[in-house]
Amino acid sequence: MKFGVVRFPGSCDDVDALRAAELVGEAELLWHADRDLHGVDAVIVPGGFSYGDYLRAGAIARFAPVMESVAEFAREGGLVLGICNGFQVLCEARLLPGALLPNVSLRFVFRQVELAVARAEGPFTGACEPGERLSIPVKHTTGRFYAPDDQLDALDASGQVLLRYAPGHNPNGSLRDIAGICNEQGNVLGLMPHPEHAVDPLTGSIDGLKIFASMRVHLDDRVLAF
Amino acid sequence: MRARVLVRPKAGILDPQGQAVERALPALGFTGVSNVHVGRLIELDVEDPAQLPQMCEALLANPLIEDYEIVADGPS
Amino acid sequence: MTAFSPSRKHRALGLTDSEYELIVELLGREPNDVELAMLSLMWSEHCAYKHSRKLLRRLPTTGPHVLLGPGENAGAVDVGGGLAVAFKVESHNHPSAVEPFQGAATGVGGILRDVFAVGARPIAVLDSLRFGEPITSDRSRYLLERAVAGIGHYGNSIGVPTVGGEIYFEQSYEQNCLINAMCLGLAPRERLIRSAAAGPGNVVVLLGALTGRDGIGGASVLASAELGDGDEAKRPSVQIGDPFSEKKLMECCLELLDRDLLVSLQDLGAAGLTSAASEMASKGGVGLDIDVSGVPLREPGMEPFEIMVSESQERMLCVVEPERVGDVVEVCGRWETLATQIGSVIDGELVRVLDNGSAVAELPVSVLVDDCPLYDIAPEPPAKPVYASPPAALAGTESPAELLLALLSSPNICSRRPVFEQYDPVVQSRTVRRPQEADAAVLQLPGGSAIAVSIDGNGRRVACDPRAGAAEAVYECAANLACVGAEPLGLTNCLNFGNPEKPHVAWQLTEAVEGLARACEELGIPIVGGNVSLYNEAPNGPIFPTPVVGIVGSLPDAARAGRSGFASSGDAIALVGPFEPSLTGSELAKLRGVSPTGPLPAIDPTAVRAAHDAVREGIRTAVFHSAHDISEGGVAVALAECCIAGGVGATVQLPEGIDPFAEAPGRAFVVSGPPSALAGFTVIGEVGGDALEIAGQLKLAVSAMREGYDGVLAEVL
Repeated sequence: MKFGVVRFPGSCDDVDALRAAELVGEAELLWHADRDLHGVDAVIVPGGFSYGDYLRAGAIARFAPVMESVAEFAREGGLVLGICNGFQVLCEARLLPGALLPNVSLRFVFRQVELAVARAEGPFTGACEPGERLSIPVKHTTGRFYAPDDQLDALDASGQVLLRYAPGHNPNGSLRDIAGICNEQGNVLGLMPHPEHAVDPLTGSIDGLKIFASMRVHLDDRVLAF
Repeated sequence: MRARVLVRPKAGILDPQGQAVERALPALGFTGVSNVHVGRLIELDVEDPAQLPQMCEALLANPLIEDYEIVADGPS
Repeated sequence: MTAFSPSRKHRALGLTDSEYELIVELLGREPNDVELAMLSLMWSEHCAYKHSRKLLRRLPTTGPHVLLGPGENAGAVDVGGGLAVAFKVESHNHPSAVEPFQGAATGVGGILRDVFAVGARPIAVLDSLRFGEPITSDRSRYLLERAVAGIGHYGNSIGVPTVGGEIYFEQSYEQNCLINAMCLGLAPRERLIRSAAAGPGNVVVLLGALTGRDGIGGASVLASAELGDGDEAKRPSVQIGDPFSEKKLMECCLELLDRDLLVSLQDLGAAGLTSAASEMASKGGVGLDIDVSGVPLREPGMEPFEIMVSESQERMLCVVEPERVGDVVEVCGRWETLATQIGSVIDGELVRVLDNGSAVAELPVSVLVDDCPLYDIAPEPPAKPVYASPPAALAGTESPAELLLALLSSPNICSRRPVFEQYDPVVQSRTVRRPQEADAAVLQLPGGSAIAVSIDGNGRRVACDPRAGAAEAVYECAANLACVGAEPLGLTNCLNFGNPEKPHVAWQLTEAVEGLARACEELGIPIVGGNVSLYNEAPNGPIFPTPVVGIVGSLPDAARAGRSGFASSGDAIALVGPFEPSLTGSELAKLRGVSPTGPLPAIDPTAVRAAHDAVREGIRTAVFHSAHDISEGGVAVALAECCIAGGVGATVQLPEGIDPFAEAPGRAFVVSGPPSALAGFTVIGEVGGDALEIAGQLKLAVSAMREGYDGVLAEVL
């Protein structure tokens, strides 16, 4: 199976995501100006500062030609993982509910945080245990998840919150400690923490690998089911 | 036409920038200041002002979290 | 400008009368305005190093690993496996004192360009910062907060990790903060490129951002004069950084080099096009034509001299063979980076500036680059102390436990976490040791090896004893590398000093350069590049003399990189190295209000080198579970830091006669490991429990030490 990693002008964690995906499958970069997704089985919208994050984080990237194809791919049920800036892009593109606002501290924050897996099933967290703690770094200025109360209730009720910051680990003031949410169909995940920076014991933890491994297992199962 | 688009956080949405300014002003001796909000000003020349609301909805503001106000400034 | 007679005009631009007369003599005529603007910048302290160049010849610059030495955009060393690491440190002090956010941001932007200008992908940034006292000075807190935000803004946005650095707070930096940024880049050895223009007929192409009136006269106005009142008025000439443009420019340049499309590459820094064109022509022994009418402008109506000296950021100059221009433009288009032909390489030795084809300046390359007079400075040891005593923060009645807590919560020693948390240390996935996990940052390389890097320089100790203090900076930096198991390969330095025309500052500078040179010779570390920042002086005196050194080293096995924190209960703790510390220049002396004077303890190079070797070997063979050098706050603070980092206590008995707070940086280490493995060293105790106990001195819970250590910067930031 093959991952495609989108590269916008200003993407920074694109190569990191590519290498992380290569630990569980094949992977290639997808150029922002190219509508062709090259037949990939899953798309990663990586971290960074696409288009300088000018205007609002993610606001301009959503109009890149490649994003039209990513949106269509998502609508057809394809797996899309948005990490950090990618999460912001997916929210701006309305592929995910809610919005990401500046951190309460108004500052960039880098921190190795603990995440609690809120839902250990489906394409992104199927390889995790319920309630499992994952040690994964965050690094962002605009990561405070916001949605109106009724929408938050709906997200909770439908099990769309897959990852929360563990108690005491919320780095940005996200409502209800939300670190990662999926869409209603469950095939699009956005999260602020960087699983691609938690795949090598030498550079920190390997807990992020579980996200990529879950995607791999899900896609393999889907192939077997045919 | 020359136009200005004022974008500000929706009422009730936590606005840490506004709060920071609100905290800073009394520290400088300016009292009696409240309800501070920090937004953005976008100035543009536009041939068809009727398109401005769409531009705001699509790109200039995020309607989920921001309100916008269009101010026409006359001919550019 | 026409309102002034020629003699007044050159003075306004910072040239002395005799320098102007020399220019007239060399040219055989009066320079015109464009030429005068160009020469005033090329002959400024910032570009010509006219008060330091003679001294710098003393520094050792050759070694078996050196691939690029001083004079290129950045130095480079061979790190094995066919790879080179390019690196350099540079100051952005004066711009940051005026506008700290943009000053620090563009400081990072500038050093990144220096590194990718030699063909290396930037892989790490470190910063060495100095401010006034943060607790008592609003201005210092403001400068700290904005400079840190600016560094983060640029480094985080461009995807280069900030992996380390250091910060000191001293009264002498109140008016002149220091912002030194260091960048490391990685490249295949054969891709390193020089800046020498070559091949008459080749095309000169300007890459990157539009040219505006940013920093017009910046180098001479901002970098070569003492700051006084009226700094607000200098704000219009501050450069604004755009990391997004630089990110695209960087990726674009690296792709151009990957595809072998460039003859040479040079970044545009101080003095903009003037400096870039002059340097490229000088190194290549050729001339250049630059037509300013081709330069894409951000503001209408810019005059030729403004275009030639603009310091607009995020621009590079390259030389391209004519048949490859099309390919260059195509690559640049994909990266949304402007590429404009603005001139050509010519035979001869002139830099000619044209405006729509007609010459507006014609200067010999040698006059621009080589003929600026170099001045001898007149060193004289100061007759009386240069620096006032700091206010005493201690009553003098404190117990050792209270002293340790006071030191751990002093701004110079406390945790840097509130600063490092504003930087991304992990992007690019090489970072094996993040800030405060070890004494040096460690970055893994393909194949399992790694490089290590640290940046160091304690100005107060250099103020006490410039020669010994500067040498200590080199020893301490090398010691930090030893703690992670790395062998030094090369060094870069930034010399931050006051006004060298004052005899006591000249003496500080001369002594410090001698100390640096000797320490580098003793440790066998070549200096591959650096930067000098002079005139860091306010009306009440100069800054502490602050040579900052950055060393890059290598280690064979990234998996065995050392850590500073104690690892396991039951491990023995030992001192390694010749350790005869004194309170002179120490952090405790500062807290006691003692002025920074007096000789520092001598260094025994042979014994210290042996200690560095032993620690490096102990880490590489995994015999040591932790290693930490003993610097500010003495062995007591070193032990406390090992406990805090490891989350575990320790019980020790210090050897007879060692003051727990006395200092001797760079010479000695606290290591831990299995008792059997440390038998050959001076074992002083054992890891375990939840408190640090120094027999006969103090006992403090690790949690209490951590509380003091963690709190201070969080409160002032």
